[in-house]
Amino acid sequence: MGQFFNNYLIDPLAFWADLPENYWLGYVVAALIQCVILLNVVAVGALFFIWLERKVSGRIQDRLGPTRVGGRFGWLQTLADGLKLLTKEDLTPENADPLLFRAAPYVSFAASFAAYLALPFSNGWVAWDVNVAVFFILAVMGIEVFGVILAGYSSGSKWSLFGAMREAAQVVSYEVPLGLCVVIPVLICGTMNLITIGNMQAGLFTNWLLFHDPFTFCVFFVYFTCATASVNRAPFDLAEAESELVAGFHTEYSGLRWSFFFMAEYGSMFAVSGLAAILFFGGWNGPIPIFHWLGWANSENWYLLQIANLFGALNFVFKAVLGVTLMMWARWTLPRLRIDQVMTTCLKYCVPLAAICFIGVVLWQLYYPWWFINDIHLNGWAKPFAHRSEVREPWVLQIERESPPVRTGVTNRSGEAASSPRDQVRLGALGVSSRLLVERAEGGVR
Amino acid sequence: MIPSITDWHSFFFYLFATVTCVFALAVLFATNIVRMAFYLIISLGASAGLFILAGAEFLGVMQLMIYVGGTLVLLVFGVMLTAQERFISMKTRGGEWVMAAIVGGALLVLLVQTAFSIDDWTAPRADLSAVSAIETQTATRLGLGLLGIRPDQAEEADPVLRQGMSGYLLLFEIVSVHLLVVLIGAAYLARSKRVTSLARAAEMRR
Repeated sequence: MGQFFNNYLIDPLAFWADLPENYWLGYVVAALIQCVILLNVVAVGALFFIWLERKVSGRIQDRLGPTRVGGRFGWLQTLADGLKLLTKEDLTPENADPLLFRAAPYVSFAASFAAYLALPFSNGWVAWDVNVAVFFILAVMGIEVFGVILAGYSSGSKWSLFGAMREAAQVVSYEVPLGLCVVIPVLICGTMNLITIGNMQAGLFTNWLLFHDPFTFCVFFVYFTCATASVNRAPFDLAEAESELVAGFHTEYSGLRWSFFFMAEYGSMFAVSGLAAILFFGGWNGPIPIFHWLGWANSENWYLLQIANLFGALNFVFKAVLGVTLMMWARWTLPRLRIDQVMTTCLKYCVPLAAICFIGVVLWQLYYPWWFINDIHLNGWAKPFAHRSEVREPWVLQIERESPPVRTGVTNRSGEAASSPRDQVRLGALGVSSRLLVERAEGGVR
Repeated sequence: MIPSITDWHSFFFYLFATVTCVFALAVLFATNIVRMAFYLIISLGASAGLFILAGAEFLGVMQLMIYVGGTLVLLVFGVMLTAQERFISMKTRGGEWVMAAIVGGALLVLLVQTAFSIDDWTAPRADLSAVSAIETQTATRLGLGLLGIRPDQAEEADPVLRQGMSGYLLLFEIVSVHLLVVLIGAAYLARSKRVTSLARAAEMRR
């Protein structure tokens, strides 16, 4: 998205001004447009998801859910709720620490929103194309818990404090298996750039990392469990256990401040589902690569490329919404866990499972069974599918453009072409982008 | 009028730098420990912004992950678990102020001295065109270094020095195992001495 606006919004604006002095305005406008779009993804997304939650819970509990507001299907129900929240009195308890009490919802919301900075919606459609996007999203989502802790602590209520402490214990524990799960796709792709990871899975759905090997298939479910826990959703919603803690950390909140917590929650649900879609389900690359077959996805023609990207973005949003729906399904199906069960799930099941899968993937990269059909074997004859090793991080492409490689193909230390299986395995086990660096290093040594 | 995009860079530099400093001072002068933690989050977050602005995204995100998301959450968590009363406030005595001023001032003098002793930092570069625009500062090299491969070997001209450039795999492993030992030791020391059902059964039999 960044490049899109750089090329097609800033440049015409600058041309219109016809003075380099006016570039600064173009950058402001471009930044504002991206902010507004992303803010709407979070805010309108929350409106839609709350409506969806009501409908899903209604369906699961054998009732209809909202039916009247806004004509059919009750699709304006959330808006009506929002108006109600706006008109509610904004209370601050007497015992509260007013500064922290007021700041807490914004900390939560800002952390959740900041994750969208690095979340690509389609090939190149991202606000900030950063090479450590996965890491950035995890780090920023980890800050979200701070809003909850501050809210619980500053409310001056025992229910809030209990809720916050549970949340802190839970989220801090679940970051360990979550990090391990996220490392596995990074390990396979050799990059933390989400766009590169997404592009590496282009092609038929067999190229999705979910089907890369049995271990990634398992680890997705571990990831989904940990992600559900880290965004504080049922069955892990101990921080707001209604039956025990009134409403947990947001007991004392009302009105718009309260709704900020919910926008943050639904925002991060979408973000972790989107992350899952990119890491395991090919992101914007569909089960059937129609736009790759048409040649639009790699087209030189800007319009065709953007049409392909638009459908890619729709594809990505569909996958992420599916993930959110799955979370809702889990919420209305499973009972809430006790705190000791939450910790048991994390430390006795999720961490060992993720660790075993991690080792399994490492071994798989070295000794994958020859009969396993995935992209490695489809390389030759399934050419319309992008091959993983042809996708590289932007900076690698830039180096290649500016100083074309002296030699082609993989060579070993002594200089002849790497034909020995050991060398190929060694380079194959590294991420694809790393290979170029290794080749350059060894080329330079000689 | 602001002439070009580079000024946005300066603008954000000044913004983040101001936020870092102001909230660092706020940490110093606040008395409530949780408020201090909150100010520290903002200060550290803004310094992560400074790292990112300087092109060191990995370092900036690391700062967010470890200091803001990890250490500070644990700090507040520890305060909540151990606090005897609500909203504890900390009073700093005069002697502590003096000690802190001496230690902090000494570090500040050292840093300022170091910063001004680097020639490149005292005057703007004249050969801006020689600066490569290629973004090669990625986490990939760091990761490869940990695996035992040093991509920057190619940039070292001296062959003798180049031979000495090895990866950090062994060091990394030693440090990790040490940390693990410390963690297990801490868990062992801090475990609750619970009477197991087996021991209780033996007790009853006696």
